[in-house]
Parts: sequence; structure tokens; C-alpha cells
Amino acid sequence: MKEISLKQIVESILFVSDAPLPLERLYAILEEFEREDIRAALAALTTDCSSDKRAIELVQVAGGYQFRSRAAFADYIRRLKKIKPARFSPSALETLAIIAYRQPVTRSEVEYLRGVDSGGVLKSLLDKKLVKIIGKKDVPGKPLIYGTTREFMEIFSLKDLASLPTLREIEALAGGGDDPEQVPLPLPEIDQSINY
Amino acid sequence: MLTSDQSTLFTDDGSIACLVRTEAFEGPLALLLHLIRKNELDIYNIPIAEITRQYLDYLDVMRELNLDVAGEFLVMASTLIQIKSQMLLPQLTDSVEEEQGEDPRAELVRRLLEYDRYREASLLLIGREVLHRDVFARSFPAEELDSLPLDEAIPAVEMFELVDAFRRILARVPKESFHEVGSENISIADRISDVLEYLRGRESVDFEELFAGSNSREFIVASFLAILELCRLKMIKLLQFENYGRILLKSAIITDSEAELA
Repeated sequence: MKEISLKQIVESILFVSDAPLPLERLYAILEEFEREDIRAALAALTTDCSSDKRAIELVQVAGGYQFRSRAAFADYIRRLKKIKPARFSPSALETLAIIAYRQPVTRSEVEYLRGVDSGGVLKSLLDKKLVKIIGKKDVPGKPLIYGTTREFMEIFSLKDLASLPTLREIEALAGGGDDPEQVPLPLPEIDQSINY
Repeated sequence: MLTSDQSTLFTDDGSIACLVRTEAFEGPLALLLHLIRKNELDIYNIPIAEITRQYLDYLDVMRELNLDVAGEFLVMASTLIQIKSQMLLPQLTDSVEEEQGEDPRAELVRRLLEYDRYREASLLLIGREVLHRDVFARSFPAEELDSLPLDEAIPAVEMFELVDAFRRILARVPKESFHEVGSENISIADRISDVLEYLRGRESVDFEELFAGSNSREFIVASFLAILELCRLKMIKLLQFENYGRILLKSAIITDSEAELA
């Protein structure tokens, strides 16, 4: 039998794994190998797969390593898979983004940021296992606090929470420069409203 | 066949046809942002009167279309009017420096900017390579998954599922019809050592198995609290392979031989 390499061993394990495989787990499975060598094998595999000739990539996602097909083949793969990908409504995405960036966050904090009741959206995100309840806030009323799940990172191809796309910086509010006297804009409609 | 029947049914009935739930504006902040963009206004210097008029016009149209105008939209309308009235009123205070600082619009602008930031972030999220849409990974049918050895990669049990499982167990216990005076005195500490004993030398234990010992509510509650306490102390792990599937207990204490490896 031909000699097999650690790289091949790692490749075979990752191929069969049904979920992103954490490095720690790989160390435990391949306990007879040096950790350094395992990391080197992973790096070599990643490079191998990054070639344009390959349809499969080795990606780091949700704290582990996983083989994934390249986006270019999505159209063909979808013919194989019967399941339709989950659709996200704008409100679901908005809520998800707020939770992802602000976690741990309470429902009322989400609602303040969105300006609308978010109970229904939150529930559907909980059902889809994209967010979870991670505890209670130690303030009066003990509101539940929410955070994102491992599934969230898997779905959105995130290595970890730190690799969320950076939020745009909010420019400092124009404090002094603007004229606070842009007041006189006489509009009859508004005056009527005030009369209520 | 069925669908064509339904469609005629709906088009016949005008009132139903009008009940359209629009996703166009997720809320008042989204509507305001839209108006600001449409009019190419400077968000740091919003002409409140103009924006309020357009905002109220929108609400009117929505009502005419028989769209559900949520309460939040009305709250925002009153906020806008309040801001405008504050801006019209002369500043009464003498301490000019202090009070002049905050523009009545500042709070609203902050909220709009913050909201816009998250909306942008949500577009970035959905623009990523989404699993099952753009990229695919291997997946296994549930049975195969079930026979795999337990490991860290299996998601921990969600709190609600645990509570659900507990409720199911509790529901199986017949409600005691008489009042028992002498209590059985089952302590949580006892149950903790029982559970640990039960786990010794075993890979995992079915959550429900631990409640098999007795039919008393006291026993069940004490057992459940013992499991929670063990989780808190990180001495056990609760795992669940699939939604609503059975919950397994696994010892999380690293034995000596395992500790050497780590």
C-alpha cells in the first residue's frame, strides 16, 4: 500500500464530517500527530483547494473547518437539492443584524433600534435557530437576552462573530457647525395638527 | 385546479383583495429614511415640517389602500410634530450655553443613523455566500447522525426544549389526589450524586431515564434541579441531535487519561 500523508487523512475526515470541524476536535481525533503538523496539513489543503480548477473550497466557518462548494456552482447544485434555501424578509434580516452586532441584546433594545414591534420576527428567528435566548438581563423585569447561534455563522459563512462585516462608522453628529435656526418653515398643515 | 378556484374566489371578493400586507416599509424609521433619500435631504439638517407633511401624506395613502397602519407609525408622527413645535418655541432658559446644545432633532437623527447602519449591515449579511443558496456542504440524514459518536459539534440543548422535556415528564406523573403530610425529603444534593453515579463509566444517558426512579413530583423536580445545577457547574453537558429529539446527558468532567491528552 502506498504511504498516506497526514494531509490526506485530514482531507478524508473533513470530507466525511457533517458539520464544521473545530481544530480542537481534529487534534483529539488525530492525537498521534503533532498539532503543528495538523495545522500545516490544513493550510496545505486550503491552498490546494483554492486553485481555480477545484469546485470545492476548504473554509473556516462557525469555529471549524468545512468543505463547501464554490458559489459558481450553486445553480447546478440546486437542481440536485430539493430544499429551497431559507428566504429572509428585510425585517428578519434587519433584526438579525441588530442581534448579531449588539448581542447580548433584549427585545426592547431591538425594538427601539428598529422602531417597530419585533416579537413576531424574533419568534421566527428563534424557530429557524438563527438566534437563541442566552439568558436574562439583570434589570427590573428580567428581560430575556438574545444572541446568535452557531447555525447563524454557518448560514452566513462566518468564521466567528469577530468576522462580521464591519459596521459603517456613524459620523459625529454635527454639533456646533449647523445653524440651529433653520426653524422658520411655516406650514399650515403642521399648525393644524398641533391644534388637536 | 385548486389554485385557479382560489384566485377567482379572491378576485371576486373586493374586500379581501385589498387586505395587502406591505413589506415596503418595515417601520417609521424606514419610511423616514426613504423620504429623506427621495428628497435628497441632509440627514443632519432635516426640514422637519416638510418631512412631517410627506410622512403624514404617506400614512393617508396607506390608510386609503386599506393597509394596516401600525401604531408605531402614529407614534412617530406625533414625535415629528413635537420636534417641530419645540423648534418653533423660543428657548426660554437663560443658561444659553447649556440648553442650546441639543437640537430637538438630534435624538431622531441619531436613531435614523443607527437604524440605517444596521439596515446596511443586513444587506452585507445577505450579500455573503449563504449556505444552501450560494454554497453547499455535505449533510447527512438524521439516522446516520444519530449513530455518530457524541461530540462538541452537536448543538447544546436550547432552554425551551429542556423545559419542554421536563414538562412532558411531569405530565406523565399522576396528580396526587391526597395531601401527603410527611415529605420524602429528597435533596438536590442527593440527586446530584445519583446522577453522577449513573453517568460513571457510560458515554451518555438519556435525559428521561434519570426520572424513571420514582413517580413523585418531588423526586422529578429535585432531579431536574440537580441536572440544571450540574450543567451550571459544567459537570455535565446536555445534547440533542435533532429538534424535538431525545436529550442526552454526557459527563463533562475530564478524566485523568483525557486530561493528559489536553
